[in-house]
Amino acid sequence: MAKQPIISVKNLIKNYGDFNAVKDISFDVYEGEIFGLLGPNGAGKTTTLEIIETLRDKTSGQITVDGFNIETDADSIKKRIGVQLQAAGYYPNLNLSELIVLFSGLYGVNKTPTEMLEKVALTDKAKAKYKELSGGQKQRFSIATTLINNPRIIFLDEPTTGLDPQARRNLWDLIREIRDNGTTVVITTHYMDEAEVLCDRVAFVDGGRIIGIDTPDNFIDKLVASGFERKKEVKMANLEDVFINMTGKEWREG
Amino acid sequence: MTTDKYSNTRATLAIARASFRSIIRSPSAVVFSLLFPLIFILVFGFIGGGGITVDVGVAKTTDTSSPVYQALKNVKVVHLITNMGEAEMAQSLQKGSIDVVLDIHKNQSAPPYTVNVQYTKASTEKGNIFKTILNNILSGINSFGRVTPPPAVAELKETTVQGREYKTIDFILPGQLGFALLSTGVFGTAFVFLSLRITLVIKRFFATPVKRYSIVLGEMLARIVFALIGAVFIITIGHFFFGFTLVHGFITVINMLLLSFIGVVIFMGFGFVVSGIAKNESTVPPIANLITLPQFLLSGTFFSINAFPAWLQPISRALPLTYLNDALRKVAFEGAGLFDVTHQLLILGIWGIIVYAAAVKLFKWE
Repeated sequence: MAKQPIISVKNLIKNYGDFNAVKDISFDVYEGEIFGLLGPNGAGKTTTLEIIETLRDKTSGQITVDGFNIETDADSIKKRIGVQLQAAGYYPNLNLSELIVLFSGLYGVNKTPTEMLEKVALTDKAKAKYKELSGGQKQRFSIATTLINNPRIIFLDEPTTGLDPQARRNLWDLIREIRDNGTTVVITTHYMDEAEVLCDRVAFVDGGRIIGIDTPDNFIDKLVASGFERKKEVKMANLEDVFINMTGKEWREG
Repeated sequence: MTTDKYSNTRATLAIARASFRSIIRSPSAVVFSLLFPLIFILVFGFIGGGGITVDVGVAKTTDTSSPVYQALKNVKVVHLITNMGEAEMAQSLQKGSIDVVLDIHKNQSAPPYTVNVQYTKASTEKGNIFKTILNNILSGINSFGRVTPPPAVAELKETTVQGREYKTIDFILPGQLGFALLSTGVFGTAFVFLSLRITLVIKRFFATPVKRYSIVLGEMLARIVFALIGAVFIITIGHFFFGFTLVHGFITVINMLLLSFIGVVIFMGFGFVVSGIAKNESTVPPIANLITLPQFLLSGTFFSINAFPAWLQPISRALPLTYLNDALRKVAFEGAGLFDVTHQLLILGIWGIIVYAAAVKLFKWE
């Protein structure tokens, strides 16, 4: 993979009054990868993401997204990215098709609802309201809205929080598919197992700083090399594997 | 990637369309803007349809073939009730639910008829009206057939100026229309912007290239279209079913719609203010009611503000709905054009400036 940075964050600082939410963060996201921002709640993941998405002002630092400066070219950036917000709702009383039509208008592109809903396997829900969907369907619909403008990068903020194992794995497949089609994916999560199987590279964020950035494999290898051992003997499968094995892989609708 | 130039108009219209769909599917919008005004119009349309009537209880013993009775039957104002028992009639008269009790007897000797009339203190005004009517009839009948009429002391010459009949609907409908515009403007706008803010719909919009003014304009456009469709609906029903007066027909409707447009734009300003002040959805109704309820009661929606006590009238005359109602009535009934209601428009304009200045200060995006 050619390591071409598509997002570059340098010395990003964000203060809310006296509170320093983000303290001097720098990292690059490479084109075509799934990049994970990992960390506990309140670590500054969402704040960092929203600054890159041009939704929030920074206190200081330089950020370029696909070659555009967030300060001077926010509009160009907005046309090139797709954003899924944590816990965002959609316009009330509209069905999925009508929401896709609305977003097509907001992005100024011509996309049919069917075309977009096909990408996330929701064509049979075209006439359903967003609030009638199951957790997994909601997330997939949100991802459909991020893809309307053929974005170069999509940002997913904790897309799998609250989903059951089947829905989670289903969403991972969708995210990988999006990456394989050439879209860079930036994702936040606090599930390490998810980051391990999904992300090409991860950055650990804690207390507003990045405390490590590498591929999941390298992180694990380094830790093992330092002499770390799990207390419990590592088995060839974990409990989730058992669960999936017993309940089946196919996805259940809520 | 598309290389087409981004169109703000297209984005605005996309929001307007989405918003309009959402409005017509929301029960509260339809109830407040269409159903409520229609119910009031229906109620007042039926109650007050024919202006004043005097309810006359006719005693069972009345000779209905007598010329006096026949003459009364032809008087439009008199409503003869023949199916009431004696006891019930006495009671109704006391309560004032009927205004007069009438009993006409045929006599064996002259004069041929005796007309017994019972009035009630509970309804003196209508009693007086009946007294006048009856006197006219009697003097006509009594002078009939007389060979030499008594020498005239004074000659009576009556003319009636050709005028339009001012019906209850002509007063009620503009008031209801004004109030419908007020509730659509205030409640609708306040709820939609608050809920879009709280559910982060607006934040998601901001992640697209859409401009802020497109969001505001799109929402306003949808609400204006909805309010004007509601106005056309109310006016149409009022005109065809209750005889609401439209002096210059279609032109009058257009003028009323222009006034409705001005009204709803100003009232939406209140909505923006409320959405900025309210912390959550449950604080919207009390704040919005604080704005709409006084106007509902004091702006001449149901009664002319001239009927209010003198100390209350200045308050009424400070409210924007008073002027909208006033202008609507002038346009509909007197056939005024917009240039004839510049005074009302001026005061509405001042309200518009105040409200939108406050909205700019208080409105919150996030």
